[in-house]
Amino acid sequence: MSTRTRLLLFVLPALGVAALLVWSFTGLPSFGHYPGPYGNVVNAQVVPVRHATNAVASVNFDFRGVDTIGEEFILFAAVMGTSALLRVQRRERQEGSSDDRDESHPAAETAGAVQVICMALVAPIVLLGIYIVVHGHLTPGGGFQGGVILATAPLMVYLGGRYIVFRQVSPKGLLDFGEGAGAGGFVAIGFIAMLAGAAFLENVFPLGKASEVFSAGTIPVINLSVGLEVAGGLLLVMWEFLEQALVVRG
Amino acid sequence: MPFVLAGWLFVVGLYGIVSSRNFIHMVMCMGVLQSSTYVLLLEVGYKAGGTAPIFFDTQPSAKAVDPVVQALTLTDVVVGVTVAALLMALAVQTHKRTGSVDPTDTRIMAG
Amino acid sequence: MTGVLQGLTMVSVAVFATAVVLNRDPLPQAMVFAFFGMSLVLLFLVLQAPDVSLSAIVVGAMAYPLMTVLTLAKIRQRR
Repeated sequence: MSTRTRLLLFVLPALGVAALLVWSFTGLPSFGHYPGPYGNVVNAQVVPVRHATNAVASVNFDFRGVDTIGEEFILFAAVMGTSALLRVQRRERQEGSSDDRDESHPAAETAGAVQVICMALVAPIVLLGIYIVVHGHLTPGGGFQGGVILATAPLMVYLGGRYIVFRQVSPKGLLDFGEGAGAGGFVAIGFIAMLAGAAFLENVFPLGKASEVFSAGTIPVINLSVGLEVAGGLLLVMWEFLEQALVVRG
Repeated sequence: MPFVLAGWLFVVGLYGIVSSRNFIHMVMCMGVLQSSTYVLLLEVGYKAGGTAPIFFDTQPSAKAVDPVVQALTLTDVVVGVTVAALLMALAVQTHKRTGSVDPTDTRIMAG
Repeated sequence: MTGVLQGLTMVSVAVFATAVVLNRDPLPQAMVFAFFGMSLVLLFLVLQAPDVSLSAIVVGAMAYPLMTVLTLAKIRQRR
């Protein structure tokens, strides 16, 4: 099938889809007039009932916690799939074929200014990431955002041109462990609630006083576990890609 | 009217996927297509003159926008990037097996 | 004022999305995608979703482009 036919086959249904979309948008309440009750109910209840000041985090990790476990395992499965796919290739390469090993390009020199800036950024990024994870139930942030930020800190080391150090600061086994422990921890917290005689993932920990770091029951604990998983998972993906893309010696 | 943006992102992303000649290009077009759902969800939850649903230094009020759609979007942004990583890994694998990253290449379909 | 900001960010999102799709070479496309990610972050911010924009910052501006560049490095190495 030629590209022309394919485009023609695309354009007609696409126009139909666009028309349907426009039609359905006319049925939506106009922009800025939010109709549903759910958001308002959550906003009104989150501080008195859960003692958390971030409504988004409490929807994610408390009111709709089971959904987030699902999302979490999509992430887990995607990371596992990526590393399984890339690992097969690595083994094949090591077994014999010399196509990658021999054509090593001399590593490009990293400019001194880039090195200095990257190294100077590592500590602030780690601090920011931990801050965002820990304060997830108070201010914007939480496990997902903080975890992604934490995962970029070792990448700064890599950008600074020190791949060997990058391998040392993010050892493979630790990343595997962190990812698994994070995903398992979320489920474990759910079962702790059951042991306490409540429903799965019910908020059974002491709620504390609103807008303090130790408050909101299970939400900050789940944030920590999700942060561990997201940081570990993303770094694992990057680790596998780097391992694939670069020829490492020593 | 702002909902048209979500529709545009969807159709443009779809066009990119259909007309793509490179798997990596395709994955990024899928990123565009995915973002249409984020935009649609957040626009549905928005209130004119609304505030963020964070009550750290303000009292809970009826003006805060919907936190439920934000929670949906938030997890998907992070999960989406790992799924994209999986697709990229598949592209690398395809290139290794067939020597091509062009989806129209018949060698890929032959397996 | 808010309406103007929202309109501007929405237009920039639409423009950058089109640029991402029409850019056929993946390497420059990765750069354009980073800009698209930043415009999305601004849109999320004016739609009062600070949580979402926090995660979109890192994902759009760092994770996606870096992954693309690494995949390209891998593929071009074999060529």
